[in-house]
Amino acid sequence: MGNVIDIAELVKRFGATTALDGLDLSVARGEVHGFLGPNGAGKSTTIRVLLGLLRADAGTVSLLGGDPWSEAAQLHRRLAYVPGDVNLWPNLSGGEVIDLLGRLRGGLDEKRRADLLERFELDPTKKGRTYSKGNRQKVALVAALSSDVELLMLDEPTSGLDPIMESVFQACIDEFRADGRSVLLSSHILAEVERLCDRVSIIRAGRVVESGTLADLRHLTRTAVSAQLATDPVGLDTLEGIHGLVVEGSRAEFEVDSARLGDALGRLGEFGILTLTSQPPTLEELFLRHYGDEVDASGAPVEVDR
Amino acid sequence: MRAVTGAGILLRTFLARDLLAVVCWTAGITLLYWSQAISVDGLYASQAEFDKAAASMEQNAAFIAMAGPARALNTTGGQVAWQATAFGAVLVGLMSMFLIGRHTRVEEETGRDELVRSGAIGRHAPMTAALAVTLLANLVVALVTTGALLGYGLPAAGSWAIGLGLFLVGACFTGVALVAAQLTQGARAMYGIVGAVLGASYALRAIGDVTDNGLSWLSPIGCYQAMRPYADERWWPALLLLAVAVVTVCTAYAVFGRRDIGSGVFSARPGQPRASGDLVGWGHAGALGLAWRLHRGSLIGWTLGMFLGGLGYGTVGNDVGDLLGDSEATRDVLAAGAADLVDGFYGAAGLMLVLITGGYAVSAALRARGEEDAGRVEALLSTGLSRTSWFLAHTAITVLGTVVIVIASGIGLGSGYALVTGEWGDVARLGAAPVSAGAGLLVLIGLGVLLVGVLPRWAGLAWLGLGFCVVVMFFGQLLKFPDWLVDLSPFSHLALVPAQSFDLVPYAVVLLIGASLLVAGVVGLRRRDLH
Repeated sequence: MGNVIDIAELVKRFGATTALDGLDLSVARGEVHGFLGPNGAGKSTTIRVLLGLLRADAGTVSLLGGDPWSEAAQLHRRLAYVPGDVNLWPNLSGGEVIDLLGRLRGGLDEKRRADLLERFELDPTKKGRTYSKGNRQKVALVAALSSDVELLMLDEPTSGLDPIMESVFQACIDEFRADGRSVLLSSHILAEVERLCDRVSIIRAGRVVESGTLADLRHLTRTAVSAQLATDPVGLDTLEGIHGLVVEGSRAEFEVDSARLGDALGRLGEFGILTLTSQPPTLEELFLRHYGDEVDASGAPVEVDR
Repeated sequence: MRAVTGAGILLRTFLARDLLAVVCWTAGITLLYWSQAISVDGLYASQAEFDKAAASMEQNAAFIAMAGPARALNTTGGQVAWQATAFGAVLVGLMSMFLIGRHTRVEEETGRDELVRSGAIGRHAPMTAALAVTLLANLVVALVTTGALLGYGLPAAGSWAIGLGLFLVGACFTGVALVAAQLTQGARAMYGIVGAVLGASYALRAIGDVTDNGLSWLSPIGCYQAMRPYADERWWPALLLLAVAVVTVCTAYAVFGRRDIGSGVFSARPGQPRASGDLVGWGHAGALGLAWRLHRGSLIGWTLGMFLGGLGYGTVGNDVGDLLGDSEATRDVLAAGAADLVDGFYGAAGLMLVLITGGYAVSAALRARGEEDAGRVEALLSTGLSRTSWFLAHTAITVLGTVVIVIASGIGLGSGYALVTGEWGDVARLGAAPVSAGAGLLVLIGLGVLLVGVLPRWAGLAWLGLGFCVVVMFFGQLLKFPDWLVDLSPFSHLALVPAQSFDLVPYAVVLLIGASLLVAGVVGLRRRDLH
């Protein structure tokens, strides 16, 4: 099948600041790939390099098997992009912009265009300057989704959409993937990423620090366990991979590295388990683990390592 | 007073944002007046020589149309008032327009206004602060100019008249800009309206001054010159200017009180649900269709405006023959020793029209940068459109649009003459004046395109190129610029048709230089990051 996006050791500097510092990213054909990271981590810079708007300072970038800088126009006929901050021409109507972008991409599917306008409840006759943020985003989404492309690149595409429109968007992405096509979805909305993405990459300070399926990532992290036991447990603290152990009488709470979960449950069984809850880490926890120190440094009351 | 709560805080913010701009405007306008005094005093060896030159200038309709009514031209003060007031008035008008625009319409358009208004801010506070900062800027310009003239040693009454008039003209255009800001939803359209009023004010006084039929009183610039600085000052025209300023400002406040924030009196009509052929139908490229749509409004406005401007100059030209004697001295003053006085006038008028058209040429050449700045290019270039096609489309429309405007001004110029004289056979001959000088505009466009392609942050410097050419062409001789400096302006090398005969070689060389700059700019854009 091959990868639609292959980035290795990508470096991009703006003057003295290094925006991308040896970034690796690959997106396989047919997958929805989540691209996670806080503001300023380099998500949009990566996407702009992929679009051939910025020139890479070092590293290799392959997009749909081609070079995004030198073959930009040809490659762009095979992809569609939705920016996070959609700026429209103040005196063009939404319908005109959709047609223009579609035509520039090499044509759009008329039936899908009409269908999407209806599903997103978008009035195509309004002028660019009169649209709200969410509606500007819908214009870009309709333009992107109604063209016949292999790859969608979405940079925080739902940041201005209401929950109803967000579910319309998610349905559209599901349909898109069902046809075997690929999506790179940059987002902060972790619930959306959990719901949509096959694989995720977490970017921090210009590097990808974690990449894999959600199951893979969970495996690398801890599961929260809370148990009511028949007898008071002893010696739990000698277990490997146990963190934040709290024992109150016959009740025990701790976090355990997912790889050690089986050992931990085996030991608990020795004390007779009355009730047990175990919670796999949410994406939010995964995310915070990678940014925990930043959050701590800023003094925000977020405790990552309980 | 609740309506203006917070205006003080806003005013301080505006002052901080505008400080550099106001310093530049003040320096430029003061220099305009002050340099006239210096150059005039350096020019004539004796008063007798001065008197003689002044006598011939007084009868030169071309100069009167460009500068204003001739009064006391054999004095330094009279020369300063004559040569600087019309341009000075246009400059304070532009300054007021941009200051009002950036603090009212631009803020509303970008949504920053909404953020400000969510604070403890009275409804009229942003507008009042914008008005205050603009009036303050005009006051600074006026006081510094007056100070410079007094410091130079010119008579006090005239210097104060210069300053007072300058301030009040600025206040008039501030009022006009404030009204325009209520009318349209977009800042560009607002600038278009104020620009049209400025152009009309200049044209009315040009026609009025040459034909002496009172039209000048309809123009704030004409009223300013009617104060007669350094030539037996009259103070009552100042009251006319004050009245216009007060009426326009009050109108703006009244209109503002009746409209929603973010809207204009002319509200946006709904657009087409589908793109029409002219937007996407120009072949697969599509880029041309979009560029055409983006440039269309200002191109049509400029074409119409410059046609009318040409027409105005054209109708004036025939009076040259009546006004002027046949003396050698008169001829010397006219452009490059023209054989025919009427031809000389049209040569100068053609150059004037072309330099004004330079305003369109530069702003259109920088349009692509504006699009990039506004973040509209990202989505566009994520399609099959290549960056080269996108940039070429803007450049092509800029060049073709400039050609159209230059030709329109030429047709206006020739037709104006023919309307008055009935000599329609001369339309093409006189209309060629701007077409000959127009080649220089390609160099200015090339400069803009080169900056956008290579040094996008400094793209605004293209305006300096135009400013330089204007200074060289109008003041180069008076200020005794060295030859190499004068030669830097492409317009110095082009024939002032019909006064001089058309010369193909420099014309072709200038076009070639312009074209090379264009190519360099496009190549530069292919290599740089886009944002």
